[in-house]
Amino acid sequence: MLLIPCPWCGHRDESEFTCGGEAHIQRPADPAALDDADWADYVFMRTNPKGRHRERWCHSHGCGRWFNVERHTLTHDIVAVYRMGETPPDHGEADGT
Amino acid sequence: MTRYSIFSLARNALGYHRGWPRAWRSPEPAPTYDVVIVGGGGHGLATAYYLAKEHDVGRVAVLEKGWLGGGNTGRNTTIIRSNYLWDESAHFYEKALQLYEGLSRELNFNIMLSQRGVLNLAHNEHDLKEMSRRVRAIRLNGIDSEILDPAGVKTEVPVINISGDVRYPILGASLQRRGGVARHDAVAWGFARAADARGVDIVQNCEVTGIEIANGRVRGLQTSRGTIATRKVGLVAAGHSSVLAAMAGLRLPIESHPLQAMVSEPIKPVLNSVVMSNTVHVYVSQSDKGELVIGAGIDGFNSYAQRGSFQVVENQMGALLELFPIFSRLRMLRQWGGIVDVCPDASPIVGKTPVDGLYINCGWGTGGFKATPGSGWAFAHTIAQNEPHELNAPFTLERFSTGALIDEHGAAAVAH
Repeated sequence: MLLIPCPWCGHRDESEFTCGGEAHIQRPADPAALDDADWADYVFMRTNPKGRHRERWCHSHGCGRWFNVERHTLTHDIVAVYRMGETPPDHGEADGT
Repeated sequence: MTRYSIFSLARNALGYHRGWPRAWRSPEPAPTYDVVIVGGGGHGLATAYYLAKEHDVGRVAVLEKGWLGGGNTGRNTTIIRSNYLWDESAHFYEKALQLYEGLSRELNFNIMLSQRGVLNLAHNEHDLKEMSRRVRAIRLNGIDSEILDPAGVKTEVPVINISGDVRYPILGASLQRRGGVARHDAVAWGFARAADARGVDIVQNCEVTGIEIANGRVRGLQTSRGTIATRKVGLVAAGHSSVLAAMAGLRLPIESHPLQAMVSEPIKPVLNSVVMSNTVHVYVSQSDKGELVIGAGIDGFNSYAQRGSFQVVENQMGALLELFPIFSRLRMLRQWGGIVDVCPDASPIVGKTPVDGLYINCGWGTGGFKATPGSGWAFAHTIAQNEPHELNAPFTLERFSTGALIDEHGAAAVAH
């Protein structure tokens, strides 16, 4: 089980959280300009790296707030935790993003 | 290939079983092949077998990074069924089930297919209506399916609790009598042996590290055992599909998640069918050794680690005891995880890619084992003809931009 450091509540068991999938997927600024392939990329395609992955979590059974986690998908090590809207910590790019 | 039979068994018994030959060769990879399949699980080996048997494509190799069937083929709960809602899936999975029915004879390898019936339980009014719709759709596609009332469920599964005094009472079930289980390792080994006998090179401990592409065409593969030139590559790597696709510059609509399963200590035969419940979230059958084989939902986070979190195991046990209070004293013997490639519409991707000569078979998610022979059969056709068979034509990568999704979330054993 993961031990996840919520930016507001501190370390809590994974069972209190819900994983919201890949982070930093930007809603298209000009939706009308997109073709079908662009929409498919935005809606369905995912990076799914074997390595560091930036993802969203919600402390659904705690403070109820969303935040970002950078986690390694092979070791499950949590590399960084940062709030929504914050820039990811600069220690090199996450794998595959 | 030595044919397995009662006579070869008797002959080898006389020699104290010391004379059995290897079931397949272990060749060094050749510098050139006509087709290379990446991934030596059930789907990859089945693809190679049907390529060699039904298509004239020249030399075929299967490259496996670890050992044969060491991924999801050896980690699933061995359930086989074809009770899918939509026409596209029903036909595809039914093809697989029909191939399974003749597979032991075809491969001359006992895959221990046991068509003991698969029950999907209904626990509320919505489940009953959905089940009724589903059973009718399945029967319209010519696939066997029937509806049981609680008494009927009790007849099929005497140890199940059909009392009304529980949180999720059993109100009925659908039953596919032709569904059941098979020995998962035997499926991989049987296809490997039969493919090897037809000249396919199966190369284990050979990891693909790069895909060489020139002018939009596949030219070869870089591997941990040297470069291999080829014009056609089939990627069949389940949980690692995104990693391989990225080598060709492709993005897939796939996320890799752990899916855990476990077996109990062996007990006397108590469960003669496969029981699944989407609502309480568990599926269970009993192996020939007497162990209960139990599975449930995926872990919510992306992972390549082949292990998941304990609360998923805990929920699974809670669900099992809701259906079978009699199992409360059972101890669990082993637990493991596999990495499943989950597609947004819970249907696979079997077809061509934007790169010429590069084909992909992935996205089977939590339910690929049941499709193994059908998947390999259709994928072999796709690679050989450079065009999908009508069975897998709807399962393209393009459906995510055309919008022609095949939503089979409801056909999964449990909601994922």
